[in-house]
Amino acid sequence: MEVNLMDREQKILLKEIMEVGFVLVETNLYLDIQPNDERALRLHNSYSQKYKELESLYQAKYGPLRYTEMSSYPWAYINGPWPWEINFDIP
Amino acid sequence: MWIYEKRLQYPVRVDTTNPTLAAMIIEQFGGADGELSAGIRYLTQRWTMPTNQTKALLTDIGTEELAHWEIIGTLVWKLVKDAPVDEIKGTPFEAHYVNHGKSPFPHSAAGEAWTAAYIQSKGDPIADLHEDMAAEQKARATYEWLINISDDPGVKDTLRFLREREIVHFQRFGEALMILQDELNSKKFF
Repeated sequence: MEVNLMDREQKILLKEIMEVGFVLVETNLYLDIQPNDERALRLHNSYSQKYKELESLYQAKYGPLRYTEMSSYPWAYINGPWPWEINFDIP
Repeated sequence: MWIYEKRLQYPVRVDTTNPTLAAMIIEQFGGADGELSAGIRYLTQRWTMPTNQTKALLTDIGTEELAHWEIIGTLVWKLVKDAPVDEIKGTPFEAHYVNHGKSPFPHSAAGEAWTAAYIQSKGDPIADLHEDMAAEQKARATYEWLINISDDPGVKDTLRFLREREIVHFQRFGEALMILQDELNSKKFF
């Protein structure tokens, strides 16, 4: 079995993406029902911006989170650890 | 279409090795009111939804359920991955192990294979949204029973997160149903 470890810095960044991503899950479901709530939409847009920034930062360092993204050579999308293998504790 | 995002929705922590608990949590992987049922149910009901709001909501909640299914599979995997066979023998996970090894599999805690008979799509949005609200409450209740029998603090933390998502989904489905009923009632041409 391959040994797939994530360093502290990568974990911190990934968890930040997960937090901001969760805000987007909530604003998305709410806006599906209340598309005219301008305040909620502003919240969504500002977190969407933040999400894109964090993702670019992460993907430039650690490889694609989605297959539609660019990768350095060799194709880094396959790099572990895969989501179910991560120990999220930050030492 | 769907694009996989290579991350979990929630940082799953598991503090112990516990095949018995894994065998119980499998209920939400492939049981009647589990995450697979939820995802397939909502994604299947989309075609006959009459409004853009309900089409969007079923798409996005259905997609979130698949992310929850991945979280449950991860809980099960982390609870058994380091278990020696001796620690599996004599536990309720033993019957799972002889067929699937340590791989998660969509069946209930009692070992019944997942079936589409767990879900419904009536082609009637009022019936479907009521089914969806009931499904969220049944899943919420299952999470409460699972939290009651869990003694792993990490597992409990993730189960509490998933329990809360059921409540949020119930709320959103309820709002969608109210808006839809108002719209249907305001149509004068019936």
